Amino acid sequence: MLAGVLLLIFLPPLVAKDLCKDSQDGFKVRLSIKTALGDEAYEWNESEMFLFRSTLAYAMRKQSNQDTYNITNILVCNDTQRVSFVFVVTSPNDPDQLIPKEQVERAVRQNKHRINNAFLLSDMTLEFMGIPPTLATPITYDTEPWLIVFGVVIGAVAVGIVALLMSTVSRKRRAKEKAAGLSEVDEGIVKENGTTLSSLGRKEGVYNQAFSNDDRFTEL
Amino acid sequence: MKLKLPNPGLEDRILSHDELERLEVEEAGDRPKWDNKAQYMLTCVGFCVGLGNVWRFPYLCQSHGGGAFMIPFLILLVFEGIPLLHLEFAIGQRLRKGSVGAWRTINPYMLGVGIASMCVSFLVSLYYNTIIAWVMWYFFNSFQEPLPWSQCPINANRTGLVSECERSSPVDYFWYRETLNTSAAIDETGGLQWWMILCLISAWGVLYVCCIRGIETTGKAVYVTSTLPYVVLTIFLIRGLTLKGSIDGIKFLFTPDLKELANPTTWLDAGAQVFYSFSLAFGGLISFSSYNSVHNNCEQDAVIISIINAFTSIYAATVIYSIIGFRATERFDDCLSGNILTLLNTFDLPEGIITQGNYQEAFHSLNRTSPDIISNLNLKTCDLNSFLSEGVEGTGLAFIVFTEAITKMPLSPLWSVLFFIMLFCLGLSSMFGNIEGVLVPLQDLKVFPKSWPKEVISGITCLVCCLVGLIFVQGSGNYWLALFDSFAGSIPLLIIAFSEMIGVVYVYGIDRFNEDLIFMIGHKPNIFWQATWRVISPLIMLAIFIFYFSTIVTKEIFYSAWDPESENFPTLEKKPYPSWIYVIIFLLAGVPSLSVPCTAVFRAIREYCCKKHPSAPVQEIDSESYKVHIQDEELKSQKSDQKFFT
Repeated sequence: MLAGVLLLIFLPPLVAKDLCKDSQDGFKVRLSIKTALGDEAYEWNESEMFLFRSTLAYAMRKQSNQDTYNITNILVCNDTQRVSFVFVVTSPNDPDQLIPKEQVERAVRQNKHRINNAFLLSDMTLEFMGIPPTLATPITYDTEPWLIVFGVVIGAVAVGIVALLMSTVSRKRRAKEKAAGLSEVDEGIVKENGTTLSSLGRKEGVYNQAFSNDDRFTEL
Repeated sequence: MKLKLPNPGLEDRILSHDELERLEVEEAGDRPKWDNKAQYMLTCVGFCVGLGNVWRFPYLCQSHGGGAFMIPFLILLVFEGIPLLHLEFAIGQRLRKGSVGAWRTINPYMLGVGIASMCVSFLVSLYYNTIIAWVMWYFFNSFQEPLPWSQCPINANRTGLVSECERSSPVDYFWYRETLNTSAAIDETGGLQWWMILCLISAWGVLYVCCIRGIETTGKAVYVTSTLPYVVLTIFLIRGLTLKGSIDGIKFLFTPDLKELANPTTWLDAGAQVFYSFSLAFGGLISFSSYNSVHNNCEQDAVIISIINAFTSIYAATVIYSIIGFRATERFDDCLSGNILTLLNTFDLPEGIITQGNYQEAFHSLNRTSPDIISNLNLKTCDLNSFLSEGVEGTGLAFIVFTEAITKMPLSPLWSVLFFIMLFCLGLSSMFGNIEGVLVPLQDLKVFPKSWPKEVISGITCLVCCLVGLIFVQGSGNYWLALFDSFAGSIPLLIIAFSEMIGVVYVYGIDRFNEDLIFMIGHKPNIFWQATWRVISPLIMLAIFIFYFSTIVTKEIFYSAWDPESENFPTLEKKPYPSWIYVIIFLLAGVPSLSVPCTAVFRAIREYCCKKHPSAPVQEIDSESYKVHIQDEELKSQKSDQKFFT
């Protein structure tokens, strides 16, 4: 009688352990708390395990929309110092029946973000072996940032070119006006002295910069 | 022994000392001038200090025995770099013409040297500005967080990362695929890459704005482009020294290995580096110094610029290797952490039981207990020295290694922007000299009509260079650039420099040259200059040329290709060049080199033909100007007669 009672008490956990150890529907979990948190790392103990089981139960509840999942449905075994273990999920209706792997995987993937945050970990430090982390959506821009910078630079270059060309044109125009003005004055001298060219032959003449682009004597 | 080759008519071609003095006093002539000495010095420093100081010198230094490399470098700087620099400055200042004009003045048969300089400057400008376009692309892409080369993009199915990126690294992928979009071989053109065309246009546009009126505009631009690199290098040095592992990098760079001094390659590489780093034989330095006043102390300038160039090389090497030390340490840490994690996961050991410190003992004890499991793990060997000696130079250093280091620093966009602005300024200031070496000979050769303004000439030159430079923005552009770099910018320059020394010392005459220097700077150049100009530097040039020529002609030439289908991917694959490339190589290296003797031969033939058929006597022209000319000739002869009698 006593043996029967004892068996009844100890059977479920034994059976549970067998379910966990031998099953194909289990997932190995690995936590790297010290890597993630450094000095602020917390100790992994029974309470933390309790939290883990409850978050998984929560994930199963959300995924299946059944409020019947309880912490007793999450079985854990192969606990190591690394902080890694294996867990299986039993059906709330039948404790001996396991939830298939794909369903558990879906539940974990949908709620990975919540599970990570419960433990202050990330996809790299809370690993579910066999469940690849969902990739973050790539950032898409309406206009690529490099095109904006390119536009600014090209705009500045265009403004610079236009400004410099305009200043050259205005400089030339001013020089032309000066030259036109002076040549009128010069014509008077020619009429008085005959040829000015011989007087310009003297070294004492002042070199007039306004004519610096013209040759003194037209070459043959 | 003063050998002097016959040089008839030299007196008629050059301005005498009195005429130079008069030109100086009256400020006559329409030659442009520097606004002040600082502009001239900054322009020359900018031309000499270029990308090579940042990405070639540190590699050479580290691979040829670190601190010991300084010995051949400094010796050859003194015996090869400074004399050649002084020579170019002096002839530019004396003859007051660009490279073509100067050589035509010295001897019309030496016109080929000027033309060769122009060709080399043109070819180098083409590909050098493409490098600037690449720098601008990276600069444009630095204004985002996270930087695009810090992570692999996700593939089309959103199931994982792009395979090419996963097998190599995010920085490699960004460089080879998203920047260059390189094809697997040089014969596959791969088409023009539109984003690179935009960057090329912006690079040539910026250059055009700075060179639009010649030194009038470049003189203003160099205040920024020549000084900013030093500011950025200092900022990077301070940042680098605060990073972990930087001191290891600097120590690795400068640890001397005196055995390397016995290796002739060390000396030849040092000589080549000194030569190319000074941007000699491009013709740009001759042009720049021709805008100086005739009594400028070119001897002092040459020494100062050489010292600045050497200092910049060493300074840049320190900065680069502090950052490389940081990157190597990060990689080493990552490698070791990866191994530790694998061991912890396999043996389910608690975290923190294996650290970097006790990794070796832990590994050995585990290996003893379960060697078969360990061998299946494929643990990587992590060696800091091997990471440090991943000797990278050239574009690989700037666009792969350094960008990777930047992604590991906090505030990476800021460092990226600073780094690429520095590279941009270094490249642009060197381009000013290259373009000067193209534009001034074009003017001297009267290719364009004199009535065309300078703006139009520089605009057309920039446009033509931009269009030809489209070769380098196709898929295989990177391979073409490497080709141009190896052949257009190496052998011809050595030939030109050698011809320059022979031309000045033996054709122009070292006696006349010494007198010119006495006139210009007030004292005769001392025995050091005499010895180096006459004997030592030409011999060094000859030795380097023979070495280069023999290695190129004897070895099979390969290029390194990025081929995702090759077996050793991501290592670059060495492929032989197709046979038609040898024609291109001959054109690149041969045309400038052969123009030196061919122009002389061509001119000799023309002279010979002219002697055989003398031209008809000049007819009396019935024009006012001719009459006035005759009148003035008579006046002149009357005056000279008077002088005799008074």
